[in-house]
Amino acid sequence: MLDLRLRQVSFSYSDGQVLHDINLSVGAGEMVGLLGPNGSGKTTLLKLASGILKPGQGEVRLDGADLRLMSRKSVARSVAVMPQQFHMPFAFNVGEMVMLGRTPFIRTLAGETDVDREVVSTALEMAGIIELKERRFDELSGGERQKVILAMTLAQQPGLLLLDEPTLHLDITHQVEILERVRSLNREHGLTVIAAMHDLNLASLYFDRLVLLKEGRIVADGTPAEVITEDILYKVFAAPVIVEPHPITGDPHVVIMPQGSADSRPDNAVS
Amino acid sequence: MASKPRRRRRLASVLLLLAGGLVLAFFLASAFGAVTISLSDICKMLLNKLAFFDFPDTWRAVEETILFQIRMPRVVGGALVGAALATAGVLFQGLLRNPMADPYIIGTSSGAALGATIAMVLPINMAFLGFGLVPLAAFGGALAAVFIVYNLARVGGKTPIVSMLLAGFVVSALLAAIISFMMAISDRLDLNIRSVYSFLMGHISVVGWSQIAVIAPLVIGGIIIARAFAHHLNAFSLGEEGAAYLGIEVERDKVLILAVGSLLTAAAVSIGGLIGFVGLVMPHAVRLSLGPDHRLLVPASALAGAAFVVMADLLARVVLAPTEIPVGIITAVIGAPFFLYLLRRNRKEYAF
Repeated sequence: MLDLRLRQVSFSYSDGQVLHDINLSVGAGEMVGLLGPNGSGKTTLLKLASGILKPGQGEVRLDGADLRLMSRKSVARSVAVMPQQFHMPFAFNVGEMVMLGRTPFIRTLAGETDVDREVVSTALEMAGIIELKERRFDELSGGERQKVILAMTLAQQPGLLLLDEPTLHLDITHQVEILERVRSLNREHGLTVIAAMHDLNLASLYFDRLVLLKEGRIVADGTPAEVITEDILYKVFAAPVIVEPHPITGDPHVVIMPQGSADSRPDNAVS
Repeated sequence: MASKPRRRRRLASVLLLLAGGLVLAFFLASAFGAVTISLSDICKMLLNKLAFFDFPDTWRAVEETILFQIRMPRVVGGALVGAALATAGVLFQGLLRNPMADPYIIGTSSGAALGATIAMVLPINMAFLGFGLVPLAAFGGALAAVFIVYNLARVGGKTPIVSMLLAGFVVSALLAAIISFMMAISDRLDLNIRSVYSFLMGHISVVGWSQIAVIAPLVIGGIIIARAFAHHLNAFSLGEEGAAYLGIEVERDKVLILAVGSLLTAAAVSIGGLIGFVGLVMPHAVRLSLGPDHRLLVPASALAGAAFVVMADLLARVVLAPTEIPVGIITAVIGAPFFLYLLRRNRKEYAF
């Protein structure tokens, strides 16, 4: 349970400014989805939130403490990050991979303790991969790997979990499974979650609050119903879409239209 | 993850086995050479060094001199060289996440070789801590080359791995060209090409215990630091970004790992020249048979590397006795096929 505040944050890479004057406050226990086109600054915002990038201007505070003044180790003890992908060149098995999540807690030369082993077991259980423990990470499918990385972040026992497009490259079964697990961690354990999301419909279904970025600025921030509207999406993505209520949950559901089909909407045909 | 006792026991038995192999290699390499000394005599002579034993001399006095003043310093020197190169290989492969990484990849070898070659040309006869100018210059050259490579690759407070590999390659090529040039005009420089060649191919040249007294603490200290940072190396296998998320101060650790790896390499080349394959093959062999956990990889590779170089140096002395062949030829002749065998047996292991 941690809160995160970005105040007037700007950030530039050497080839240009990526974020402009971002003010974002995420309360403890919230589950927030970051949306926006490619290059809108979602990943950069997550990197600022994890402290591996420092803001050019403004400040990022984690539970009131300035991230710049915290050591990597103390940040890693409360903030866990699931990046878009990990490349693992060595043949670690799943148990060993998840144990890597204990790195910020393991004392030099002392090795892992019973507490570490217990936390790893719990993390494997919460990610639903107990049975994969002895399997080699590099022989798993993409969906299984993503669950292993989730377990590794949980082994950090974080208060804030940052996810960068956790459902990318996954089939729909695994997309749903990952988001279900993350949501139950949020609901049952009070874990604060911020996730960059590509898929608008999944974001609408699983997140309570959505923040929409365009060219490094926040253009909308609110419930899915407030953010996912035809007008806003057209302004941000420049692609015409239809937004309808999800047949079961009632959450906004985005229907993508192929080009040239703008006039063939069913209600147009009727009228 | 294996339960605690099971893992501990496996770890202990593997390390004991490797240590046993090293001891065996130590006795064999002490026994054979121009004069063969029996194993029982070696044991008795060693035990006589302890206060409690006093075996009657069944050996000639010259054998005792050969054993203690010539052969054992060389065997211990070989073990230190092997341990240092294998540990440096583990450090560089782990940090760079590159299977082709070896202790020489970021310029240490060419820096050391150029230092040694220049020292051979200089009309200076000096000694420091029991070392002549050539090993000192090799040591300094190795560290200077890494320092240059690291700073060339450094941009805006960061040192990207790829820049470092490229800078290492370029600096190595340039230094190698200077060595070739010096060899080409060796007549004018009064440079003995055979000495350069001997350095480049690797040759354990330890003269007495005073050098061991300097190299041993350096190498053992380096291995201990490497072992202390083993769990950081594990985190580094996720890449620099991944390591940072796990609480690693990436740039600080990078400097430390590079410094320790380079010191180990510099110590090794100062008494062994450029012995190839040890730093490349030993970490791979251990990783393929024991898994990638650096906490086991560091000590196991150090022991395996030590035993390997001791045995290779023994072969280098006896195969064409009384002619000594460069030990680097032996390590390559054994190391290359062994490496290929490991790769083919575990092809799927290496999907880099």
